[in-house]
Parts: sequence; C-alpha cells; structure tokens
Amino acid sequence: MDVLIQTLVAGVLIGGIYCLIGIGMSLIMGVMGIINLAHGQLMMVAMYITFVLSSYMHVDPYFSLIVAMPALFLLGCFLQKYLLNPLMKIDSILPENQVLMTVGIGMVLAEICRFIFTSDYKTVQTSYGGEAFFIGNISFNLPMCIAFIFAIVITLALFWFLAKTDTGRSIRATAQDKEAATLMGVNSTRITIITFGLGSALVASAGSLLIPIFYLFPDIGGPFTLKAFVICILGGLGSTVGAIFGGLTLGIAESLGATYVGMGYKEMVGFVIFVIALVFLPGGLVGIKRLIKS
Amino acid sequence: MKKNLTLIILGIVCLVFPLVVRSDYYQHLAIIVLIWVIVGSAWNLLAGYTGQVSFGHAIFFGVGAYTAGIFATKLGISAWWGMMFGGIAAMLIGLFVGWVCFRLRGPYFALGTLAGGEIIRLIATNWESLTDGMVGILIIQSFRSKLPYYYIALLLAFACVFAIHLIMKSKWGYYFVSIRENQEAAESLGINTLLYKNVSLMVSSFFTGMAGAFYMNYMAFIDPEVVFSLHYISIMAILVGIVGGVGTIMGPAVGAFIMVGVQETFRSSFFGLAPAWISQGHAMAFGLLVVFVIMFLANGVVGDWSKIKRYVFRIKPSSVS
Repeated sequence: MDVLIQTLVAGVLIGGIYCLIGIGMSLIMGVMGIINLAHGQLMMVAMYITFVLSSYMHVDPYFSLIVAMPALFLLGCFLQKYLLNPLMKIDSILPENQVLMTVGIGMVLAEICRFIFTSDYKTVQTSYGGEAFFIGNISFNLPMCIAFIFAIVITLALFWFLAKTDTGRSIRATAQDKEAATLMGVNSTRITIITFGLGSALVASAGSLLIPIFYLFPDIGGPFTLKAFVICILGGLGSTVGAIFGGLTLGIAESLGATYVGMGYKEMVGFVIFVIALVFLPGGLVGIKRLIKS
Repeated sequence: MKKNLTLIILGIVCLVFPLVVRSDYYQHLAIIVLIWVIVGSAWNLLAGYTGQVSFGHAIFFGVGAYTAGIFATKLGISAWWGMMFGGIAAMLIGLFVGWVCFRLRGPYFALGTLAGGEIIRLIATNWESLTDGMVGILIIQSFRSKLPYYYIALLLAFACVFAIHLIMKSKWGYYFVSIRENQEAAESLGINTLLYKNVSLMVSSFFTGMAGAFYMNYMAFIDPEVVFSLHYISIMAILVGIVGGVGTIMGPAVGAFIMVGVQETFRSSFFGLAPAWISQGHAMAFGLLVVFVIMFLANGVVGDWSKIKRYVFRIKPSSVS
C-alpha cells in the first residue's frame, strides 16, 4: 500500500511541473492553432540560463525564475514576431509551414546550446537537492514539493491574468474566435506575439523548477516537447484547464509505469495513454465534458 | 523532348557515376543520397501530395531495417529477404499507424506520428529478446565492393520515383491532391478520404521499409538510436522533402542531394579546410537551412525554381556590368 501511495505522491508532484509545460503549449495552440515543436527546446534554454546563473553566479535556482522567465518571454516574442508571423503571408503547398519552422527553431536552439555547453550532462548542486521529509511512511522530496508549490502559484497567477486583465481577455477572445476578436478591436498580431512569449515564459519556469531534480543536456528538449503534446491531447486541444488535468494524469501514469512495469517503459506509458486517448477519447477532457452535457 | 533529353542524360550519369568515380568515399555518399531519395520521395507522396505531414517516417524505416536484421540474426536467412518483407512489415505497421493517426488532422496528425515514432523506438530499445536492445544488430556484408550496393540502391530509387510518378498520373494521384487541397470537398465528391489516405500511407511506408532494409544490408549494423531516430530519420525525411520541394516528383531527389551535401560538408569541416569545430555544426546548418527555406523558398528548390531563376538572372547582369 505504501508503495502505491508513494508512487502516486511522486506522480502528482512531477505532474505539477508537467502542468506548467502543458499550459504553455495549450495557450499557443489555442491562440495560434499551431503546435510549437520548439517547446521543449525553449525549456532547455531556460534550464541553461538557470544553470549558468547558479553555477557561475551562485544564484539559487528558484531565484533565477526572475531572470529565466522574462528572458524566455522576450525570446518567445522575438521568435513569433520575426520568424513565425511573417510565414502567414507566404503562400505554400503545405499549411504546416509554421510547425515545420518551429522544428527548425528547436534544432537551432539545441545546437547553439551544444556549441556553448557541449553535449555533457550538467547538474546543479543545491544544499537541499537530496533532502526529503516524511509524513507517515511516505517520503516527500523537498525540491519537488517546492517546485509543486511554485507551479500552483504560477498557474494561479496565469489564470488571474487571463481572467482579469485586458490583455488576458484579449488572448482568450482571440483563442475563441480570431476574426470576431479582430473586429472588436483586438490587435491579433500583437496578441499572438504576447501569447508565444507567455507560453515560453511558462515552460521556462518549468525548466528552472526542474533543475534541482533533473540533469541537463542539449537534447533534453525533444522528449519534453512530446510530453507537452501528450498533455495537451489528454486535456483537450487548446484548453488550459484541460492541460492541468493532462499534466497530472501524465505524471501519475509515468510514475505508476516506472514502479509497476519497469523503468525502461516509464516514457512509453505516457505514449500508450496518448494512443488510447486518441482512439477512445478524441477531444480529451473537454470531449468528456461535452459527452456528459449532451 | 528537351525534358526527355535531360532525363536520359541524368540516367546515364547515374549509371556510369561509380565507374568513373572510383573513390569509396564518394560512392558511399552516392548510396546514402539514393537511400534518401527513396525515403524523401516516399515521405513526399504522403505529405507533399496527400497533405498528411508525417513526423514518424523513422517508424517504417526502422521496421524495415529491423525486419531484415531479425531475419538474418534470428532466422538465419539472408538479410536480402528483408528487402521484400521489410517493406511488407512496414506496410502492416503503417496500417496500424493510419488507424490511430488518421483520426487527427493537419499538425495533430504530424504529432501523432511523431509520438508513434517514439513509442516504437522505446519498444525496440526495451524488447531485448527480439531486437537485442541497445546492443543493436550486426550482420556480415554480402559484398566487399560498393558497386553492387550502388546499383541496387539506384534500381530501388528509380523504381520508387517512377512508381510515385505513375501513381500521381493515375486516378489515385488526383484523389490524393484533392484530399490535400480540401478534405471536405473531396469527401463531398464521393472520395473515400480515409481509404485513400491509407493507400497513400501504405505505398509510402512500403518504400520507406524497403529503404530501411537496404540500409541494414548496406551498413550491416543498426541500433534503435540510429534507425528509429527522430532527428536523423524522421526529421531528415521532412528536410529532404521541403528543401527539394514538396509535391514535386524531382523535389526529394534534389533535396536528398542538397541535404547529404550539406551534412557531409559540415561533417568533414568543409573538407578539412575549416577548423575542426565546424564539424559539430551540421545539425545547426540543417536548422538554419530549414528556417531559410521556409522563409524564402516555401515550395522548395524545385517548386520555386522559376523564382530562383528569375532572381539569379536579375542579379547576373548587374554583377557583370
């Protein structure tokens, strides 16, 4: 029994971070209708920023959130403004041009990091890195708990932003109906730029929070891009609330898979769930909700 | 007539190339180019003509390669049988991939296939009793010379390009293009879009599987990180397609030539002329090339050939004078 509870706890804790990754992608998907295949690579960039700050300037990884999130926000805005938005005007056979472009961006980001930091695995040593506390027989890894709390705070802040501020409302309006939003006076080009920046900042926060518990190398982005996508499918495409559900589900599923199936299959559990979701529940959480309503 | 003449000259050049260029290195490069011509053309049939952008062609390439490899190591028969059965195995996997992924449209289909590729890579890594996991499969090459491999690859590449050419001139080809242009409209005209998307995927996966099996025979060593690799197979297939030109017959061939050229130029640090660290940059060169091609040549070198020609000819007089 303890093993099961322990597994679930670990799953929920890592699921919190997956939520941040998934929400970022979900936002971008909702507003622009494209999948950002450079998502994991943006996280990797944030992780390297955190790594540099903590190993050369001895800044605590959690404080480096203050640097990494704005930095990635600007990077995201830049990418959207100068690389992705111009593509809307170009006529081509494949409508997936923007998606392919994000692949290219992801490759370039990974390679720039490889140039600077080489392919070696890096870790950040913190005084609390290995600490844990116990409730009953269940151990709680301290950095993961802190990360989980940060994830909740950031998510709440984002929801406040989307619900209460003008920009947030414009983002939601654009996601619902771009043409109508434009007619209502929303500058949709500006909104796409801000959204991409916001998505990048969210995944950057996930990167900084992962640093104390994870290792780092230039190719780390790819698997996380896939995870982000799995989360979005589980939650329903473009739904931010769904992304939270998807993130937690993926975290718990991976953790259960690692305990009961085998470490080697941990990553695969997520994909298997993904395929099952595609076959039996296309639409994810949002789809289930609609089923119940109708 | 002029077009036929170009094709005949191209054919002759391909046939005599290994007899003129005796260097093993350049013959090897030519074989790699031909493998990519097959994979790129197969990808192009599905993505360029049918509009279903696949990010998972490594699935079919790897399944083909592993079929050939497992035939040789587990059943003890020649890996060349894999050329046939690898294609068929890839087709069967393709059926399953189609069953799952054709529920998705556009970019979501792309990511569905991408996830499929990762699943199968993980299976190949972990199912050690069948695939030997990360150890990989090692067989003994049938020929010491590269010539037989070159001609087999040439034949295969020719068969693949020609088959796709024939398909695109037939009724199927028009169905495929109509699905790409507007799926609802195609459906409303009575085209069974699901069926024809699957047909396109079948043909595409068959040729990719054959290319994989040939790769196994030629390289004599495979492991999951090579043949199921997202970057080196799936993404490379896409790059070959989009750099050369999606939705054109010759596009992938041109793309394969350019991509392998770029890859080798960087890998050898501009043939030893540049400092050695340049050799690490080949993936970055790929990335920059994608960004450049999508921004300025959205339809690839072949698709935008008239644009390139106009641009070059406009520049030329001014640079001469």
